[in-house]
Amino acid sequence: MFVAGAVALLIALALALARAILGPTVFDRLQAANTVGTLAMLMLAVLGFLTGRPEFLDLALVYGLLNVVGTIAVLKFFRYGNLGDPGEAAEEAERRA
Amino acid sequence: MNTVVDVLSWICLLAGGAFCMVGALGLVRMPDFYTRMHAASVTETAGAGLMLLGMLLQAGFSLVAVKLVMIGLLLLFTSPTATHALARAARARGLEPLLASGEDPSKR
Repeated sequence: MFVAGAVALLIALALALARAILGPTVFDRLQAANTVGTLAMLMLAVLGFLTGRPEFLDLALVYGLLNVVGTIAVLKFFRYGNLGDPGEAAEEAERRA
Repeated sequence: MNTVVDVLSWICLLAGGAFCMVGALGLVRMPDFYTRMHAASVTETAGAGLMLLGMLLQAGFSLVAVKLVMIGLLLLFTSPTATHALARAARARGLEPLLASGEDPSKR
């Protein structure tokens, strides 16, 4: 039954990949990348059960953490143009001061 | 008893896989970015949740189950954060949502 889950995840991964290639905006691609990350986490977990090696779950955890950090970092870059920008909250505080 | 748990976990796994596919299909088929984001959230909530629940039933009470719960919690916290940041960044960049024809956004 894990095989069926893995196949479903592979199909979903292919569809998400299609969206990442089609675009058209950078945000579509980022959304697709985020979905691929989530699906890859699930895939790693299912693969761990499929092969009887539950250590794969640790990889899934790390992958999930990296996924969200990567998405936020790329988003920040595309919103402000550089990664060192203090962002909205800092600007707001500056305006109040 | 064992069979009952097995069948339940299979149902959860299959339903989770189906929801993942539906979400990904929506990601391809929906007309604009914001609706696609809506479709993708199905994958991250129902799909991932059900698949993890299915695996949780197979794992029983063990360290593996704890790790699966951790993955579930991680998803619950990170996927809304990422989606929110994505929508905000797209809106700040001036990406307009697709409206039904004849509707004027300034008149609302």
